[in-house]
Amino acid sequence: MSYPLRRRLWAAALILGFFVLWEVLCLALQVSDLILPRPSQILATLFSRMDVLWPHILQTLWTTMIGFALGVIVGVVIGALIGTSRIAYDTAYPLLIGFSSIPKVAVVPVLVLWFGAGPLPAVLTALAMCFFPIVVNIATGLASTEPELEDVLKSLGASKMDLLLNVGLPRTMPFFFASLKIAATFAFVGTVLAETVASNKGIGNVMMSASSNFDVPLVFAGLFILAFLGVALYVVFSLIETRFVGWANRKSDFAST
Amino acid sequence: MDIAESSIRPRDAVELSRASVAFGRGEAKVHALQPTDLRLAEGEFLALVGPSGCGKSTILKLASGLLRPSSGNVIVGGREVAARALRVGMAFQNPTLLPWLTIERNVMLPLKIVRPFRNEYRLKRKTEFRDRVHALLDDVGLSKFTNHYPWQLSGGMLQRANLCRALIHEPSLLLLDEPFGALDQFTREELWGTMQALWMKRRPTVMLVTHDLKEAGFLATRICVMSARPGRIIDDRPVEFPRPRTVEMTFMPDFVALNQRLRERIIDARSTQIAEVG
Repeated sequence: MSYPLRRRLWAAALILGFFVLWEVLCLALQVSDLILPRPSQILATLFSRMDVLWPHILQTLWTTMIGFALGVIVGVVIGALIGTSRIAYDTAYPLLIGFSSIPKVAVVPVLVLWFGAGPLPAVLTALAMCFFPIVVNIATGLASTEPELEDVLKSLGASKMDLLLNVGLPRTMPFFFASLKIAATFAFVGTVLAETVASNKGIGNVMMSASSNFDVPLVFAGLFILAFLGVALYVVFSLIETRFVGWANRKSDFAST
Repeated sequence: MDIAESSIRPRDAVELSRASVAFGRGEAKVHALQPTDLRLAEGEFLALVGPSGCGKSTILKLASGLLRPSSGNVIVGGREVAARALRVGMAFQNPTLLPWLTIERNVMLPLKIVRPFRNEYRLKRKTEFRDRVHALLDDVGLSKFTNHYPWQLSGGMLQRANLCRALIHEPSLLLLDEPFGALDQFTREELWGTMQALWMKRRPTVMLVTHDLKEAGFLATRICVMSARPGRIIDDRPVEFPRPRTVEMTFMPDFVALNQRLRERIIDARSTQIAEVG
């Protein structure tokens, strides 16, 4: 059996084993489902209530995607700005650090104050959560161009735009896609956060109301959905990454593709 | 200078007149290059040798237009250097090929940037330009690697590709800053042969900065020795061994004698510097 296949089997076995252990321990110790429901109960809840949950899943998903898309735009613009200009970097970086270190949960009440409860604060929270890793990665990628290469191209008469298009941006792509994976999951966290605090729709809201009704299996069903969506987003952006910046991984099979 | 004299002289590829470079100002001012005169005829292969930090690379930067002289003039190809106007080729010790492009595309990169090629790039990149790149890569023995990526090639092969990238747009001037410095002895000697063949075939004007006196003697038509910082040229001599030169020739008495003389000049220059510092 080849190593990659074995590795995957082990990983799958670990995940499965985790849930089996959970199930067995709950049964053996007779844990009340008000504290910790068994995975089988959670899955049953998930399927029986899918018709109710489905609109909330969609709500969370599109809120996340909009916040994420806006975050990418904002992140790329700011990252390109501070990555190409020393002055912009020195000027803007302290403010950015300050902004990014505010716990976003503290921003949600402000957003609700301005925009009311609903999808808009969630979109904005997702944006606020996810743009910073993109900024940092784009800026780093742009700043890491070799000075010799810059000399070679400048002596050919290359403009700043030539450098950006031919060297800066392609070099930044691996950093960019790596940050997308992180940013997508962050955006997701932001959305759920805002939904939990102030919203009447979305998985975060479902979990909040289920929790106040002591509907514990539904709370866990919400968690399962979140985990699944988070992993799915990560996988999607990993696939996009391999497709576009395979060169950065230097795999020997890349040359033939 | 009277007009008659300058019109008789064959056109210089590079002309530094009283060009100096200093960084900083006031107390902290550092003179990198003393006022220097240097003329290079078209098709010459000049090697610049000297102790480290003597301003060899500064002269290259002046000729490339990347650096403006603090005083004096630098004229390349008949006009004052201004970064945008030139189309010099440069190669450094670090090959700096772009990892996301094939060797073919890497070598073609200057054609995407330099006028007038850039205007025709989209039109000709798959026909005329491609053939040109292939012909050049063939000259350096890389014809089988056009579609490989840089990480699939050895250090010596990368440096060959780097030389091709510096030459593809037929620059008026080729500037080489220790291009073979990071290679092992045998690969380096191999590349000297490659470089000599390229030069004999295409006759670009070349300025080569090197620490390796054998390399200078093997490749150059002329060698300038520079003093320690602030640099100036303290020795300027032609190298008249027949071409094509071979590595075996570097062991002949004449060649060894040349090496010895250059070496003495550099040791002199270094000891003056040490005495001044002490």
